[in-house]
Amino acid sequence: MTAFTATVTVRLKHGVLDPEAETTQRALERLGFELEDLRSADQFEVDLDAADADAAAERADEMAERLLANPTIHDYEVTVEER
Amino acid sequence: MTVAVIRFGGSNCDRDAVQALAELDVDAELVWHEDGLPEDTTGIMLPGGFSYGDYLRAGAMAARSPIMNEVREAAESGTPVLGVCNGAQIGSESGLTPGAFTTNESARFQCEHVHLRVENADTPWTDAYEAGDVIELPIAHGEGRFEITDERLEELESEDRVLFRYCDADGNVSPEANPNGSKHSVAGVLGERDSVAVLMPHPERAALPDIGPTDGQGVLSGFAN
Repeated sequence: MTAFTATVTVRLKHGVLDPEAETTQRALERLGFELEDLRSADQFEVDLDAADADAAAERADEMAERLLANPTIHDYEVTVEER
Repeated sequence: MTVAVIRFGGSNCDRDAVQALAELDVDAELVWHEDGLPEDTTGIMLPGGFSYGDYLRAGAMAARSPIMNEVREAAESGTPVLGVCNGAQIGSESGLTPGAFTTNESARFQCEHVHLRVENADTPWTDAYEAGDVIELPIAHGEGRFEITDERLEELESEDRVLFRYCDADGNVSPEANPNGSKHSVAGVLGERDSVAVLMPHPERAALPDIGPTDGQGVLSGFAN
């Protein structure tokens, strides 16, 4: 078994309104920053032991499917690194 | 008929629900989620509140608690299930009903009275109304914006599974009368069968004549049929 950290990034699907990101963007603009757009995402770092990177990614993928993301509104991606 | 009002850590409309159901002579009892469904359960209500502190997404944790497997089984065998507010979020997160309830367009918690137009009056939850009737119920949520893919929404609409839409006092559905940015102003939907329904507004907060309007009684009387 090898120790991995799987990083699961969950973001809203393209086209789904993100009121918190819009509010954050307006706040940045009030502070004088110039920006085109802003998107927010949730990131989860999961430490786990697995036989190899593929097995670690597969488990993290299932975590995203079953809890971390809501498939109706979210896309997600998983990356894995040895820890 | 004994309605199990399931209480999670952070539920806070559970007692209101029991009281409102008692007003309609519907027998109801509080059930702690870890205790499982009582054997004599003939109806299930998922009440409002802030289960698990709305961690991750509102309703996400409660939706994956073991009792929800029992709720799903009961729903599939025809037991009436109603989710209100946080209960609606739990219902959609658990796959009992389609779509998702997410952050209000305003990005704020909103606590106000709204008008709803009855879209489908041919369900246990809307049998007391006529299609097109306008009722007034309170909302109190930060994550009540109904989201769903366009294709899936089209399906829902063609299957007549939209129960209520937000509207003005005259029944007009418009962006101005949509309090949270819900897609097509959807406020409540049916699950696979019409005995399963969720809605963000609170019928149990508009059911006691001593307090005020009682437009919500009709929804709750779905348990009385």
